[in-house]
This record gives sequence, structure tokens and C-alpha cells, in this order.
Amino acid sequence: MALVERKHVDGDVGRLSEATAGDFIALLKPRVMSLVVFTAFVGMVLAPATPNPLLAVIAILAIAVGAGAAGALNMWYDADIDAKMARTAGRPLPRGRVAPGEALGFGLFLSAFSVMTLGLMANWLAASLLAFTIFFYVVIYTMWLKRSTPQNIVIGGAAGALPPVIGWAAITGSVTLESLVLFLIIFLWTPPHFWALALFKTGDYARAGIPMMPNVAGEGHTKRQIFAYAVLVAASGVLPSVLGFASMAYGAVAAVLGGGFVWYSWHVLRMADGDRAMGPAKALFAYSLVYLFAIFAALLVDGMISRVGG
Amino acid sequence: MPDDDRIKPTEKELKARRNRSIAIALALAAFVIIVYLGSLMKLGPSLFDRAM
Repeated sequence: MALVERKHVDGDVGRLSEATAGDFIALLKPRVMSLVVFTAFVGMVLAPATPNPLLAVIAILAIAVGAGAAGALNMWYDADIDAKMARTAGRPLPRGRVAPGEALGFGLFLSAFSVMTLGLMANWLAASLLAFTIFFYVVIYTMWLKRSTPQNIVIGGAAGALPPVIGWAAITGSVTLESLVLFLIIFLWTPPHFWALALFKTGDYARAGIPMMPNVAGEGHTKRQIFAYAVLVAASGVLPSVLGFASMAYGAVAAVLGGGFVWYSWHVLRMADGDRAMGPAKALFAYSLVYLFAIFAALLVDGMISRVGG
Repeated sequence: MPDDDRIKPTEKELKARRNRSIAIALALAAFVIIVYLGSLMKLGPSLFDRAM
């Protein structure tokens, strides 16, 4: 009896992959990565120290790659539910462009390299925070919370809120109240942002079996929660000015932007139950993206002016 | 083993492999440059400060 009786392999076994570099870049979630890079950069600029510019660029790169690695690991684990949602069905794994093992290896490899690079080029506190962020996003959020509780994005939002803290730590080697305020702004912003999306993507999340707030607690409860969080977002936005590490001018800009957030959320709150068009929810989702970019851009400009002036 | 028993890569697979190989080469080259320049910046002049 021959040990190997079959001379031919079936299907795609043993075939070369057709994945291109572009597919692997898509695994890094470039749009999320750009927000991570931006907020981490703002954390660096606001930190009370002047870094070597090249080391600062390397630190930003390491944070970006670490965030991308977390995205790749998220896509590896979530391939089954991504295939069921219109929003995510085009990702490389559901489309069969990248094999699960390739995505897992890619994510683990980049996670290790990004943390090591940040540790060696900046400091090990920043590297530990990056490692914790990747762990929190992949294990706590993706593997545990996402499929088990409607509070998934509330708690999981901590991962997305950490980049400015990592940026600050990369420059100063410390975590301070100021960096935690930057964390708080993104942490409080995450629930209304994703719940606005979940309101008009209820069908998608239901098909995938993800217990998002509108699917579990209903539209009315979600709209009230969105409004409550919007008020907290607006209040947290002006904290940098109140605590004295941003100017009054920034405070005024943040108040206006926060007022806009509350205004859009008010329209969501007043939206009729059963409104299928979900216009106010879509408008809030779009505004929330503008808000986060604008508030950090305002902090960046304010920080740069105070550096030049001071 | 006769040649026809082996898996023959298609044009598309070969093109994708070449694309990946170039990307890996570029990423590794960038990583080497980053580590080299980063080490120079981090260690500064003391990098060359050693007993002969």
C-alpha cells in the first residue's frame, strides 16, 4: 500500500495566491488608520516636549502599522460576519482574495514589529500602550464584546481612543491628565458615531447577528443614548480649554462644534419611529466624522500656535 | 514525476506573486532605512564613540 495514493490535489489546495499588495493594504483598514495617525500626531504636538522629527515620524509609522495590524486581525476573525453585511462583504477575506492564514500571519507579524519598533525608537511605555491597544481591539472587542453585548462599541471604543495617548507617551514617556482628556473625547464620541450608523444599517447587523444597540434595545432607546452621549461629547470637547492646555479660542471653536453635535443628535432624537429614510441618523454619522477631524485639527492648530508663540 | 502532475501557476497568479514580492522588497528596504536612520538619531554622535 502506498503511503500517498492520490497524485492530484483538489480545488485550490497548493495553488498560488492571487492576492496583490493592494489586498494586504486593504487589510490594514487605511481609512481608520488615517484617523489613528492624525489623532496620534495631535497627541505628539500637544505633548510638552520637542522630539527629534525623524524619531517622531518613525513613532507615527509604528503606531499606524500597529493600528493596521489590529485591523487585519479583526478582519481575520470577523470574516464570517463581514461576508453577511453589505458594508463589509467587499473586504479581501470575504471576497476570497486573501486566505485566513495569510491575514492572521500578516496581522501577528506587523503587530510584533510595530510594537518592537516603537519600543526601540521611542520608549517602552508607548510600545506597551500600542500592544495593549492591539490586544484590546482584537481580543476584548472583536473576539468577545462585539458579538455578545450592545455595549460592544462603548467599551471597545477605548482601543480607538488610545492613539493620542500613545503619541503623547512616545514623546514624553508618560501618561498625563491632558492625554487622558484626548482619550476621553474620542471615547465618548465613539458610541453616538457607531449607533448613528447602526440605526440605518439595522438589517446588516441583524443578518450578521451582531447585537448592536438598535437591534437589541430598539430605536427609541438608541436615540436617547445618542443624545446623552452627544451632550457628553460637547462637554469633553471644551475640557482642554477649561483645563488650560488649549486656548480660549480653541474653547470657542470646540463649543460651536459640540453645539453642532448636540443639534444633529436632537434631530435624531426627534426622528419618527419607523422612519426608513433615516435622514437625521445619516446626517449625524457624517457630521460626527467632521466633528472628530475638526476638533483635533483645532487642537493641532492651537498647539502649533502656542509652540510658535511660547 | 511527469511535468503534467505539477500545479502550473496561471498568469494571474504569477503576476500577483510578482506584485507581492516587489511590495515585500520595498517594505523591507524601508524598514532597514528606518532602523538605520532611527538608530543614528537615537544614539547620536555616541554611536561612533568607542575605544579603538
